[in-house]
Amino acid sequence: MSMVYDEYGRPFIILKEQQAKARVKGLEAQKSNILAAKSVSSVLRTSLGPKGMDKMLVDPDGDVTITNDGATILERMEVQHQVAKLLVELSQSQDNEIGDGTTGVVVLAGALLAQAEKLLDRGIHPVRVAEGYEAACKVALDTLSQIGDTVEFTKDNTEPLVTTAETTLNSKIINVNRRKMAEIAVNAVLSVADLERKDVNFDMIKMEGKPGGRLEDTELVQGIVLDKEMSHPQMAKTVKDVKCALLTCPFEPPKPKTKHKLDITSKDAYDKLYEHEQAYFTKMIQQVKDSGANLVICQWGFDDEANHLLLQNKLPAIRWVGGVELELIALATGARIIPRFSELSADKLGTCGQVREIAFGTTKEKMVVIEDCKNSSAVTCVVRGGNKMIVDEAKRSLHDAMCVVRNLVKDNRVVYGGGSAEIACSMAVSKHADSVMGTDQYAIRAFADALDDIPLALAENCGLSPIEELANVKSKQLAENNPFLGVDCNQSGTNNMKDQGVFETLIGKQQQLLLATQVVKMVLKIDDVISMGNYQ
Amino acid sequence: MEQAYMEQGTQMDKGDNARMSSFVGAIAIADLVKTTLGPKGMDKILQRVSQQDQSISVTNDGATILKAVNIDNPAAKVLVDIAKVQDDEVGDGTTSVAVFCGELLREAEKLIAQRIHPQTICKGWRLARDAARKALEEHARDNAANEEKFRDDLFNIARTTLSSKLLTHDKDYFSNLAVDAVMRLKKSGNLDYIQIIKKSGGQLRDSYLESGFIMDKKIGIGQPKRIENAKILIANTSMDTDKIKIYGSRVRVDAMSKVAEIEEAEKDKMRGKCKKIIDHGINVFVNRQLIYNFPEQIFAEAGIMSIEHADFDGVEHLAAVTGGEVASTFDHPELVELGKCDLIEEVMIGEDKVIRFSGCASGEACTIVLRGASNHLLDEAERSLHDALCVLTQTVKETRTICGGGCTEVLMAQAVDKEAPSIPGKKALAMEAFARALRQMPTIVADNGGYDSAELVTQLRAAHAAGNDSYGLDMYNGKIACMDELGVRESFKSKLQVLMSASEAAEMILRVDDIIKCAPRQREGH
Repeated sequence: MSMVYDEYGRPFIILKEQQAKARVKGLEAQKSNILAAKSVSSVLRTSLGPKGMDKMLVDPDGDVTITNDGATILERMEVQHQVAKLLVELSQSQDNEIGDGTTGVVVLAGALLAQAEKLLDRGIHPVRVAEGYEAACKVALDTLSQIGDTVEFTKDNTEPLVTTAETTLNSKIINVNRRKMAEIAVNAVLSVADLERKDVNFDMIKMEGKPGGRLEDTELVQGIVLDKEMSHPQMAKTVKDVKCALLTCPFEPPKPKTKHKLDITSKDAYDKLYEHEQAYFTKMIQQVKDSGANLVICQWGFDDEANHLLLQNKLPAIRWVGGVELELIALATGARIIPRFSELSADKLGTCGQVREIAFGTTKEKMVVIEDCKNSSAVTCVVRGGNKMIVDEAKRSLHDAMCVVRNLVKDNRVVYGGGSAEIACSMAVSKHADSVMGTDQYAIRAFADALDDIPLALAENCGLSPIEELANVKSKQLAENNPFLGVDCNQSGTNNMKDQGVFETLIGKQQQLLLATQVVKMVLKIDDVISMGNYQ
Repeated sequence: MEQAYMEQGTQMDKGDNARMSSFVGAIAIADLVKTTLGPKGMDKILQRVSQQDQSISVTNDGATILKAVNIDNPAAKVLVDIAKVQDDEVGDGTTSVAVFCGELLREAEKLIAQRIHPQTICKGWRLARDAARKALEEHARDNAANEEKFRDDLFNIARTTLSSKLLTHDKDYFSNLAVDAVMRLKKSGNLDYIQIIKKSGGQLRDSYLESGFIMDKKIGIGQPKRIENAKILIANTSMDTDKIKIYGSRVRVDAMSKVAEIEEAEKDKMRGKCKKIIDHGINVFVNRQLIYNFPEQIFAEAGIMSIEHADFDGVEHLAAVTGGEVASTFDHPELVELGKCDLIEEVMIGEDKVIRFSGCASGEACTIVLRGASNHLLDEAERSLHDALCVLTQTVKETRTICGGGCTEVLMAQAVDKEAPSIPGKKALAMEAFARALRQMPTIVADNGGYDSAELVTQLRAAHAAGNDSYGLDMYNGKIACMDELGVRESFKSKLQVLMSASEAAEMILRVDDIIKCAPRQREGH
């Protein structure tokens, strides 16, 4: 098939046919791509919604992750198929942009492709399908902004934010304590948010997990928590009115970067060298002392002698603090990071109210808490839980919730959840379809059907009869002209999502539709897959 | 289908298959440790498999067993993890937490077979857990105000913990030991101050509590063996040759005489260092690192006792106990905090000489010397005692206690059962299952003792229904009895942690509907 004949009828080869090279063409290529994408999305389908199930993932080293987060599942699945990888990236870009809805976007993409497959079977050209989807997506986005609602909140009235965060947490294992977790997420985001500029700096929120205790012991610390301890066991465990020096140079004699050898040839030289070495230590400590610091936080290690000198001079110190954490402390305390001892001065020190070391459990696990920082906005969530997996999952879930809150701070428009937005869009799109001429009409209608898949999956996961539930809600929406009606996942007796308080952010939903449509278009336009064989 | 897009060798279990594999794995793990539960529980022998090291250990401690087992089932790993966390947090109840989680899943399996959705089960469990917790809290007793009673509580808790271990024959003796040790700590609860020294020989009953600190080290040659009113300098410094810390330096000489000179300089430096140390006005010097013969000789001349190579923990303990600081520079004697104690002497334990520091500045310190016939016995004794100490220190912090002997489990089960009929829907079935799982705990304990568990547990249930809410299993006579009279008590914190973390973990495993196992990483040499 890779053989072509020129005008004289002589054959020539444009693609070397070899065993190691696999090639699929035409409809076959599209079919196989769609199959792969569909099976990936079918894995995630059961994780959707408040009653969604979790996945247990075992990585190549045998470590176990249990999660409900779409992006995490796909990332850890180690998929190999090219198109399946596209979906993995799709959920990741949703994660990076929005932080929530990573499962939904993949399920939607899978549904769109499943619909496309039917159209392809009927002989419609993939590009027509892609174009139809494009047009439909536009209609859906318009509908979303029409039915979008705004939530008003202030620093004092955070209730709407908490409710939104709760919606996100509903599908996670930590939904036992979702109220508390949601409040933690909201408080964390609000304490670092700049409401005027509508900006949230996520760098200021730190997440620390410690297995042990119970989920409800999770707390928000106004300050920074470091998973470190004081460098010498006898240093003061609590320091008040802290002036801290942040150093990125080790407490050791300097190591010049040029290669050198220092030869000792006589007794005098030996003695001098010794004196010199001692002088280094005393000088370093003196410089720290002179600057007025009463706490040293260092990125590197300490020599034994330096460590003792620090203790002797009543300078508590923390060593091996990571670069990112160091920057965070610098931001919070208003300190400058100091690369050389000679640059130490009083104005480069950071200030905060209190630094203390706390111990956990029966083992000697310790953490250092930096509180009452000058730039008080830095916060840390200390996540506790019965085992490592639950702590990790709680961290991921909290992160999702924070992302949602951040999105609301940036743009306070919301749509209602429970599939209500999808149903409304689907109705708008199929209405629009009737007015379109040509084959596009079918593609647009298919888009509407794909949108219906989200509420279907939701209802299915909740143990409701999916088709019946969807039909009911749809007819109700039409009859009452109320776009807030969705699938009643919690069996709370009302379909009105506004009453149930189930929100999702508008940008999140819009992004889902856009990203999914884009990826689907891309997949549809592939008609030839050439994969290079593995080198043997 | 998944073969189409997954890496070669990846396994994927879906739906019922996934659930089945989780249940099988988790229940297998629970069954593995089940027989060690309770005062009549059996021990396990663990043997290492590597070619070089085939040493064995005999243990009854759930966390130790689970840590040693190699597991390939992800759900089983969750169970191992909760046992580990329980060990870190409370120190005791490691078997209970794994067994309870296993029992919950066993009940869940039956419910799933009845086509009840896992999420519904979770919901029911949560309601049940709240009810159980409430019952637990109501039943807890706080004797912190009354010192004598509180000591009794502690003693009883230690007894309960130790009764399931090897030390059960001498549990009164060891309980007293543990309580004495913990009471010395007062409120600080810092286990660092309690040191456990194992010396084989003698019998378990010869173990004793030594006030003060014992160090399993030797005193330098020719130095005093007994010092009163000791002033101790604790150091972490090299006492061999001080290496030069300036980077890239090396000695290069052109004549033999110069070598001698430098050697002399080195010696001078060491002599200077020793002098500085002696100038602190000390009579005992303890170093974390080695002390070479030369400095040792200098110390001997000055009449100073020197102890070398005290390991890191030893130095830290000693520093904490004597109130000294760990020094590494010696230029400012006036600033260095010296450790103090009344008497340091070399004493014999069995065949071995150890150094005893008594009358230390901080009275909290003490050492438990364990004696026993074999090393395995001593190891297990240490683990058991450590468990007891952990629970006691935790109880000193959280002073509430509850009844043991399966009493609280039946009590909680009863509370759940009372709540269940008022809940409409399938959730109620899950609650009943939760209560059954709770009641399994005393059943297992009774089974392990070789008693008729069905008979005993139903009697127990009847007793509770009649309002005798302190009744539990008397495992020595094979009947039910009032736990208050028998003095079987447990720490509230430990029980609460078992309840919460086992149900959290069970919920987590139950929520899983897909297991995706990536292809194992290809390792070299396999």
